[in-house]
Amino acid sequence: MTVESTAARKPRRSAGTKSAASAGAKRTGSAAKKSPGTTGAEPELVQLLTPEGKRVNDATYDPYVADITPEELRGLYRDMVLTRRFDAEATSLQRQGELGLWASLLGQEAAQIGSGRATREDDYVFPTYREHGVAWCRGVDPTNLLGMFRGVNNGGWDPNSNNFHLYTIVIGSQTLHATGYAMGVAKDGADSAVIAYFGDGASSQGDVAESFTFSAVYNAPVVFFCQNNQWAISEPTEKQTRVPLYQRAQGFGFPGVRVDGNDVLACLAVTKWALERARRGEGPTLVEAYTYRMGAHTTSDDPTKYRADEERESWEAKDPILRLRTYLEASNHADEGFFAELEAESEALGKRVREVVRAMPDPDHFAIFENVYADGHALVDEERAQFAAYQASFADAGEGK
Amino acid sequence: MAAEKMALAKAINESLRTALDADPKVLIMGEDVGKLGGVFRVTDGLQKDFGEDRVIDTPLAESGIVGTAIGLALRGYRPVVEIQFDGFVFPAYDQIVTQLAKMHARALGKIKLPVVIRIPYGGGIGAVEHHSESPEALFAHVAGLKVVSPSNASDAYWMMQQAIQSDDPVIFFEPKRRYWDKSEVTKDAIPSPLHKARVVREGADLTLAAYGPMVKVCLEAAAAAQEEGKSIEVLDLRSMSPIDFDSVQASVEKTRRLVVVHEAPVFLGTGAEIAARITERCFYHLEAPVLRVGGYHAPYPPARLEEEYLPGLDRVLDAVDRSLAY
Repeated sequence: MTVESTAARKPRRSAGTKSAASAGAKRTGSAAKKSPGTTGAEPELVQLLTPEGKRVNDATYDPYVADITPEELRGLYRDMVLTRRFDAEATSLQRQGELGLWASLLGQEAAQIGSGRATREDDYVFPTYREHGVAWCRGVDPTNLLGMFRGVNNGGWDPNSNNFHLYTIVIGSQTLHATGYAMGVAKDGADSAVIAYFGDGASSQGDVAESFTFSAVYNAPVVFFCQNNQWAISEPTEKQTRVPLYQRAQGFGFPGVRVDGNDVLACLAVTKWALERARRGEGPTLVEAYTYRMGAHTTSDDPTKYRADEERESWEAKDPILRLRTYLEASNHADEGFFAELEAESEALGKRVREVVRAMPDPDHFAIFENVYADGHALVDEERAQFAAYQASFADAGEGK
Repeated sequence: MAAEKMALAKAINESLRTALDADPKVLIMGEDVGKLGGVFRVTDGLQKDFGEDRVIDTPLAESGIVGTAIGLALRGYRPVVEIQFDGFVFPAYDQIVTQLAKMHARALGKIKLPVVIRIPYGGGIGAVEHHSESPEALFAHVAGLKVVSPSNASDAYWMMQQAIQSDDPVIFFEPKRRYWDKSEVTKDAIPSPLHKARVVREGADLTLAAYGPMVKVCLEAAAAAQEEGKSIEVLDLRSMSPIDFDSVQASVEKTRRLVVVHEAPVFLGTGAEIAARITERCFYHLEAPVLRVGGYHAPYPPARLEEEYLPGLDRVLDAVDRSLAY
């Protein structure tokens, strides 16, 4: 199976298992009560796979992954490995000057693959600018994500092709778009759900609070998936909140749950639970995926100025890919051949991404004036004509030489 | 269908009703737009007839109103949102400027954002702070938005129809002090294009260009000038983005003098842009520099001072005299 064919494939049905209706709503409340604050001891969170790769039981969320097949487990592993490989390639391309900037997802693969694979084809995703793993799950060609980072467009993909909205750079704004979209889904009487991604930093934005208010008031079928990766560039989560983020939901009147963001199974199960609540008309849910940004905020950032190596090292032990590999090996769900094949597939993906990016042409100069308006605008027409005349004046000068 | 005389607010109400009737995707959203019918009653009776699902009372959060309207538009709806007063739009400014205006271009044209944002604007009603502002230039400056303002009931009806049909976001500034002014509306007329200016009074000596609430003031000024033997042409611009410069140019080539009038501050305002463009287009026709009459570079004053701040008949005539003196 080639990388191209699988990457372009849309998710027909979310990975894991069939639905486990109406379980779980009660459980989240109890998790909320016992959880410590944002500092100090390890917070209580939903976990199905320990950092050591041991499967642990959870009466509430087990049903959502109960009949996951070994093939599906390998699929989740493959998704995470390929996403990480793509991400590393993009970082390299930035270092080589092929991209202007890159925002790495290193460390957040489980949160993104778990939640992304929980979505259905007819669900709609509103990402930040770091959801490369979710894009992968939605079937967006990863090279499409690189246009804006190379500077050839400001987004450029058709959001409706994969129900994956454009990356949103101003943090938190997209939570309102997701809420409005979900209000529309409800008006249409559809049983689709919407998922909005944001981070711990964005949780401080007024738009996020307003999206909580609107979604609660209108009972909109939306899941707020907050990847708390502990750092908003240089500011730790303590600079954003005095309570664990998932507890914010309570004040708005809907459930919040904290999940181990480095546990792909738990992220899959909890997101499926939340999406099914939305489908059943039970309204919004806040999922806080407790994870860690292993790399820099972007390629322009220098985390050595604000955080200690020991912190990163402590999170390396909780690596999302490592723990699933341990589990796959221990339960004989994957053999050496699988890992070797995946290694080769990863390299092929890296090579393809490299080649596509290097061949990506600069846009036509007149692209400046394209799509400013859907119905046209006299000033844009006038300025395009002026620009054309200006450009043409150089052509004449060149011919004269 | 015969012409019907109605107030400007009622014309917008009828236009919204027509749109709600014609297209199930049209939604009305805003604060107090439901049972109350809006603080100016522009949406009066619409929720009763079309239901809470289509005429939606929202939480009091402007960014939330516009942000969710964007999401609804992405889902295929055509939301018409009301911002209760001009001075309340700024919590939504980020969603309008950063998200709504740019999204079509960011998607290389693959998605459309047919959102209308209605804003009652301007002064002259003796209101408290933040209820009398004219922020149209702040929106006209942003590529991706269209900005219009009707001056009379007929335009209000038709321009709202056209704004809702537009696949681009439209900021629809409603001259609140003219809400109760009545004029004739013909619902089966063929309307002018949304962004086309209109000569509302022919003249030979000078052009007064205005929009929204100032058109009436300019017509009064032109009538007063007539008594002094001056022939003033009045142009209702109707649209601040795009501006119909061709119509302004045609008028100025005839009259050779131009005064632009708006309530908004003069500095970097609509009039400044018109002055610059018309100077370029009509340099050899102009007998006088383009003059501007408008608000000052100061916060909108308390109500007891607003008559001094707002352009009135005498300030417009003063500018007319100064222009004719060149």
